[in-house]
Amino acid sequence: MKKIHIVILVGIAACIMILLSFMGDLSTYETLASARQKEGKTVTVIAKLDKSAATPIEYDPAKNPNLTQFYVIDSLGNKAQVKYYFEKPFDMEKSDRIVLKGKMKGDVFEITRKDGILIKCPSKYKDDPKAAQNNLSQN
Amino acid sequence: MKYIGEHLLPGQLGHLLVVLSLVASLVATIAYFKASNATSPADHDSWKKLARIAFYIDAFSVLSVFSILFLIIAQHYHEYFYAWNHSDRSLAPKYLLSSIWEGQEGAFLLWTLWHALLGLILMRTAKKWEAPVMTVISFAQVCLATMVLGVYFFNIKVGSSPFLLTRYQFQDAPIFSGPNYLALDKINNGNGLNQLLQNYWMVIHPPVLFMGYASTIVPFAFSIAGLWKKDFGWTKAALPWSLFSGGIFGLGIMMGAAWAYESLSFGGYWAWDPVENASLVPWLVMIAAIHTQVIYNSTGHSLRATHTLFILSFLLVMYSTYLTRSGDLQDTSVHAFVDSGMNWQLRLWLFILAIPSLALLVARYKKIPHIAKEEEFNSREFWMFIGSLVLFLSAMAIIVPTSFPIFNKLFGTNLAIGEDKEFPYNRIQIFVAMVIGILTAIGQYLKYKNTSKAYFNKKILWATVIALLVSVSISYFGHINYNKYGIGFLSAIHLALFAGVFAVIANAGYIYTGLGGKLKAAGASVAHTGFGLLLVGILISSSKKEILSVNTFNPLNFGPEKPKEGFENLTLFRDIRTDMGKYWATYEKDSVNATRRITYFKVNMERKDGKEKFDLYPDLIKNTKGQEGMSNNPDSRHYWNRDIFVYVNHASSVMEDKDTVQFKNHLVQAGDTIFYSEGFMIFDSVTVNPNNSKYKFTSNDTAIMANLTVFTKENQKLTARPVLYVQNNEAKLILDTLYSQGLAISLARVAEDKHLEIGVKESSRLTPFLALKVLQFPFINLVWLGTIVMIIGFVMSMVRRIKLL
Repeated sequence: MKKIHIVILVGIAACIMILLSFMGDLSTYETLASARQKEGKTVTVIAKLDKSAATPIEYDPAKNPNLTQFYVIDSLGNKAQVKYYFEKPFDMEKSDRIVLKGKMKGDVFEITRKDGILIKCPSKYKDDPKAAQNNLSQN
Repeated sequence: MKYIGEHLLPGQLGHLLVVLSLVASLVATIAYFKASNATSPADHDSWKKLARIAFYIDAFSVLSVFSILFLIIAQHYHEYFYAWNHSDRSLAPKYLLSSIWEGQEGAFLLWTLWHALLGLILMRTAKKWEAPVMTVISFAQVCLATMVLGVYFFNIKVGSSPFLLTRYQFQDAPIFSGPNYLALDKINNGNGLNQLLQNYWMVIHPPVLFMGYASTIVPFAFSIAGLWKKDFGWTKAALPWSLFSGGIFGLGIMMGAAWAYESLSFGGYWAWDPVENASLVPWLVMIAAIHTQVIYNSTGHSLRATHTLFILSFLLVMYSTYLTRSGDLQDTSVHAFVDSGMNWQLRLWLFILAIPSLALLVARYKKIPHIAKEEEFNSREFWMFIGSLVLFLSAMAIIVPTSFPIFNKLFGTNLAIGEDKEFPYNRIQIFVAMVIGILTAIGQYLKYKNTSKAYFNKKILWATVIALLVSVSISYFGHINYNKYGIGFLSAIHLALFAGVFAVIANAGYIYTGLGGKLKAAGASVAHTGFGLLLVGILISSSKKEILSVNTFNPLNFGPEKPKEGFENLTLFRDIRTDMGKYWATYEKDSVNATRRITYFKVNMERKDGKEKFDLYPDLIKNTKGQEGMSNNPDSRHYWNRDIFVYVNHASSVMEDKDTVQFKNHLVQAGDTIFYSEGFMIFDSVTVNPNNSKYKFTSNDTAIMANLTVFTKENQKLTARPVLYVQNNEAKLILDTLYSQGLAISLARVAEDKHLEIGVKESSRLTPFLALKVLQFPFINLVWLGTIVMIIGFVMSMVRRIKLL
């Protein structure tokens, strides 16, 4: 056997290990309903703020700056409360989509990592012609 | 309608020049192609002459387009959508350039401008390689020109023009119903540049990074030229170019890291965000390619790998562009662009470059010369090749998870990276760091072809001993005990730390022991020393990153496995000195800048041991672009061995409305209970003329104090002692405020029948407060120092290789 073959074998073995190690931590995109069935397992959910809730976002930094609670609704109309143990992300109110990474615990979706939430605003870093147009037509 | 005050000429000229650049680059491609395939020298020369003229015209057009766009922005010609949408009149001149690359079109223009510049240099230097290499580059220019074309072919929009008029962009907006729309504030002021880009790094980072992207095309073009002409002598001529690419690309990436670090929008200098990964991966492949190229130049081995890696590096740049600009990464990246409607074009571009180049590689693969005899175990080329392979695998381990959204789209799967975004990358790359660190250290002590054991052992012994001593003392005295992921990962950190230190010491030592201090030839050693420093810096700063603003007031119980969640922000009430670990922190005051967009918060930090006292001014910026809300911007204090970062996540004084809550009065006697929304309080007793730590009344005064016990929802028991006293025949009140409960309690008056009137006000805005986070990054300067040293090494090597040509 040539040396290069040994190297390639080792490389393949390393790749398989890498893949396996990733598989162990993978999460999947779920809806809130399917997330409920996988209670305690880390899942990724794409949802948006439930504006019909009395207070869609509760964040009172005077009392606890490390707890943001909010209500979300997914595309199928399922609702849930989310607890995020960090500061309220800027511009959360204006988001049109929120990507959540966390675990369902009872009826509450808990996010225990800072980057477990990704706020998608119509335009924050990027250009959105719609936002620009709104800006233009508002008076 | 005739509109007043529009400057239509620059736009028309600009658009004309875009079309000209498209045509010229097309002509250049064809002419260079013909020249490459010409059989007679006369034929070759005449085609080449035509091609050169065409490319000059292309370069001239591109430069002019860029200048016109800059002029439009600098002159605030807001009749152009690009200028209106990416700048405003209050913008500082230095950020006018940032306005160009805020948008997609400007970014592509910048890219094509760099290609043009590289092409002009290649024309003068590439000699016999000019025609085939420039064919590839001219073709890339054609592709890029279509990106900024903005023309409709049969209802299909090709490219997006930076010279689009605002009134065409928003055709039915009522604002354009009058001829004098330019005088209206909305148009006249401009939509503004994103606040986050108003940072000096954003002036310099994009051009450098884009030069990095652009420069990968040169080795790619050489590689294609070699395959095409079946002439494999290109590697020497291309070496300065690949070194240039490796250096400038690395610099661009690290400048982005510096920006992310300073504005902290990624939470540090590196967050494995897909946008960051997308730029790192082609760089890693480029570095792997440089090493196989050097192997080939010295030994004749590894040419196939060199071809493959250079082609992949460039294609990965294309792929990354697609990833970050198509909108496909929306759900995984903080910074990805939204779909701009040019996805089909980006895809087409990727395929049109990938398929022919890969097909050519496959078709010619067997023809690429290689040496049948294997490399020896004790040769430099063997271990360098292993290093390249590891770098390549490391790149693949990064790009695969980054591409999950694409896989999901293609195969209908729904994969996502787990809850912890960084660790899956870190635990793989830590091993890469170990292997690469050690290979970097020993590589130069090995000789090509064959190394005698005695030579190797003698030379490397001292470096190994010193590296062991240094790294063990860092491990031991540096208190590196990052135990978040268990003992396995911690030991990996220590091993990688040794590898990094070993790389630094062995390579710095090699300049003297191996090269006899000849600095001219020491480019590689310098670059490797820098790389080692960078590794050490990354390891120390990441494993010892610390949150200083640990919140001990609201310990949320997460069960035994997560005792420390929800603690990163601390609430500071104005003028109240608050315990922050080693420091006392006091929020003192607010101030605003001239445009009133930015509010600075003065936070005084005082070491508890009294050794140091300083002020920090984190700020909040009002969003531009018609957006409500704020963005935060940190302030930092730099020490030689650490940085302290502070940033405001909430400030009541600018983010909340004025306090309009009124006191609610309760008539009570001793033993009565008053309820409030978060708990209740019991009025226990009255003290006449209190004399205690808080109040100093004497028997000559007329003062009474109510003693209340407050029971909170969190089962805390607090006391409140409001006072009512008489001074100069006037009743005066002293409120007692429980900030944590948002409660103000007063003793309003004494009523009949031993009753008192107690006023209770509930409001979170009794006093202004901040929620802030303070982070400490140790030895971050090693990261920057390592980067700079590495880049210097690249430049040294490049200069030497140019001289050796």
